[in-house]
Amino acid sequence: MISALLNKFRIQVGISGVLICLLGGFMLLSPRTFLSARIYISFGSTIPFTAILALGLTFLVIAGELDLSFPSVMAISGLAFADIFLYTQNPLLAMIAALLVGGFAGWVNGLLVVKIGVPSIIATIGTQFFWRGLSALLASGLARNIVSVRETTLHHVFVGRLGDLVPVQAFWCLAIALALGVILNRHVFGEHILFIGDDIHTARLMGIDTDRVRMLLFVFFGVVSAFVSVLICLEMANWWPTQGEGYLLLVFASIFIGGTSVFGGEGTLFGTLVGAVIIGIIEAGIISAGLSGFWTRLVYGFVIVVSVSVYSMVFKTGR
Amino acid sequence: MPESQGTTSPLLSLKGVSKSFGGLAALKSVDLDLLPGETVGLIGDNGAGKSTLIKILSGVLAPDSGRLLIAGKLVDFRTYNVRKARQMGIETVYQDRSLGEKQPLWRNVFVGRPVTNRLGFIRVQARKRATMEILQQHVGLRGTGITPDARIKHLSGGERQGLAIGRAMYFDAGIIILDEPTTALSLKEVDKVLAFVGGIHHRNKACIYISHNMGHVYRVAHRIVMLDRGRIVGEYAKASLSLEELGTKLIQIQAVTEGQTL
Repeated sequence: MISALLNKFRIQVGISGVLICLLGGFMLLSPRTFLSARIYISFGSTIPFTAILALGLTFLVIAGELDLSFPSVMAISGLAFADIFLYTQNPLLAMIAALLVGGFAGWVNGLLVVKIGVPSIIATIGTQFFWRGLSALLASGLARNIVSVRETTLHHVFVGRLGDLVPVQAFWCLAIALALGVILNRHVFGEHILFIGDDIHTARLMGIDTDRVRMLLFVFFGVVSAFVSVLICLEMANWWPTQGEGYLLLVFASIFIGGTSVFGGEGTLFGTLVGAVIIGIIEAGIISAGLSGFWTRLVYGFVIVVSVSVYSMVFKTGR
Repeated sequence: MPESQGTTSPLLSLKGVSKSFGGLAALKSVDLDLLPGETVGLIGDNGAGKSTLIKILSGVLAPDSGRLLIAGKLVDFRTYNVRKARQMGIETVYQDRSLGEKQPLWRNVFVGRPVTNRLGFIRVQARKRATMEILQQHVGLRGTGITPDARIKHLSGGERQGLAIGRAMYFDAGIIILDEPTTALSLKEVDKVLAFVGGIHHRNKACIYISHNMGHVYRVAHRIVMLDRGRIVGEYAKASLSLEELGTKLIQIQAVTEGQTL
C-alpha cells in the first residue's frame, strides 16, 4: 500500500526530497540565516509571484501548449493597473482593468493558436514583442510611481503582512495551488486539459470541444499573468517598463524541475509549487553561504539539468 | 440475417450524403441503412471514404449535403456533435484514437461524458466502480491484475480494444461503429475482438464494422457494403456469396473503376 502510493507520487516525493536536501545543505552552510524565521518571511513575499505564474502555466504545458508572452502581458496589464490607479485613485477598478487587459492578451494568443493555427511557441514569441513594445510606447519608457497604493485596502488584502509579519501573498499562492489542483484532478475541465495534452485528435474524437478548452486556457493564463503583475505593482508600489522580464526562465524552470512533462498529458501542480520554492531559495542560499551571486545561475543550471535528466531516465521519455 | 428485414424501420439511415475536402470528393451521394440487430461490414481500400463516413456518423464531421436519420429522426448537422451522437446511442471505437495513452482507465471510460455533479466535479469513486464493472463484465479482464487506476499505455492492443468496445456496451449504445479494430493486434487478440463483435447483434444492437481485411468482415457481418472512391459500389448479403466470391467481386470493382479513371 505504502509502496504503491510512493510509486504513484514518486515525482512529488522525489522533488520534495530535493527541496529538503537543499534546505538542509543551506542550514549547514549558513545556520544563522537559514535557522531564523526572517529568511522564510522574505521567501514568502517573493516566491508567490513566480509560483502563481508557474502554477497557471502548468495548465497550458499539460495541455501541450506554451506561452512565452506572459512577461510582456504582465508589463501591459501592470501599466493598465498603474495608470488607471493614478488617474482614478481607485485600486479595485485598476485591478479589474488590469485583469481584463490580461484576459484580452490571452484571448489574442488563443485566437492565433487555436483559430488561426500558429504553433503556440511561435505565436507567443510574436505577442511577447508586441505587448512589451506597446507598453513601452504607452509609458514612453518611463516607470510609474504609485506609492499611495500602499495605503489602500487592496494592498493589505493581497500583499499585506498578517500580524505585521507573514506576507499575505503566500496564502493567496497556496489557495490558488489548492484550487487549481482540485480543478486539474477532480473537475471535467482538468480532465479535458489532460486528454488534450495527451493526444488532441483523440480528445476531439472523444467529444471534447478542444478549441473552446484551449481558448479558455490562454485567457485564463492571461488573467493569471495580470493578477501577478498587480501583486508585484502593489508590493513594489511601482510599475516599470521591464516588469516581468526576469520571470520567463524562472517560471519554466519551476515547472520542469517540478516534473511536468513538456510532451503534455500529465503534470503536477504540487511539483510546480515545490519547483518554484527550490528556484526561489537557491539565490538566498548561495549568497548567505558566502559565495558570489555569479554562482546562482550556475546552480540553477545544475539543478534544472539534473532534475530533468532524472525524470527522463525514470520515465523513459526519450524519442 | 436479421429475421425481420423489410418490416422494421432502419435504426440509422444516410441519404445522399456527400463530403469533399478542398475540392476532393471523399463521399459522393452515399445511401446506407442500418437495421436493428444487424452488423454491416464496410470494406474498401485506403481513401475509399470509410473514415469520412464514420466521422459523419459519430458527429466529428458535418457533410456538405445529404441527410442522416437516427431512429427515424432527422439529424440537424448544425448542432450534431460527438456528445449528441452518444445521446442518440451511437458509440464509435477507433483503431487507435479511442483512448488517452497516459490517462488511467477510469478517466478514459468516461471522458467527454458528463458523469459529474452539477458544478462539473468528477465522481471518482462512482467512475472507478463502473470501470471495474466494465473490466469484469464486458472485457473479460478478470484476474489480469488490471485496475481502474492502470494507465492505457500499459495495456496490450487487444486489451485496449476490449476496453473501448466494453465502454460502448456499458453505455448501452444502440449502434456501435468499429473502425479497423483489429489493426495491429496479435492473431489471438483478433480472435477475441471478432468474437466480441460477433456477439453485439445478439443484444439487438446494430453494428457497422469497418475493415480492409475481408476475412474479418466476412466473419462478423450479415451484410457487406463496398465503398470505392466515395461511392457505394456493391452491397451483398453474406448468405448470398462465399468469401472467395466476395474477393473476386472486390477485385473486379476495383479493376472497373481503375479502368474508368485511366
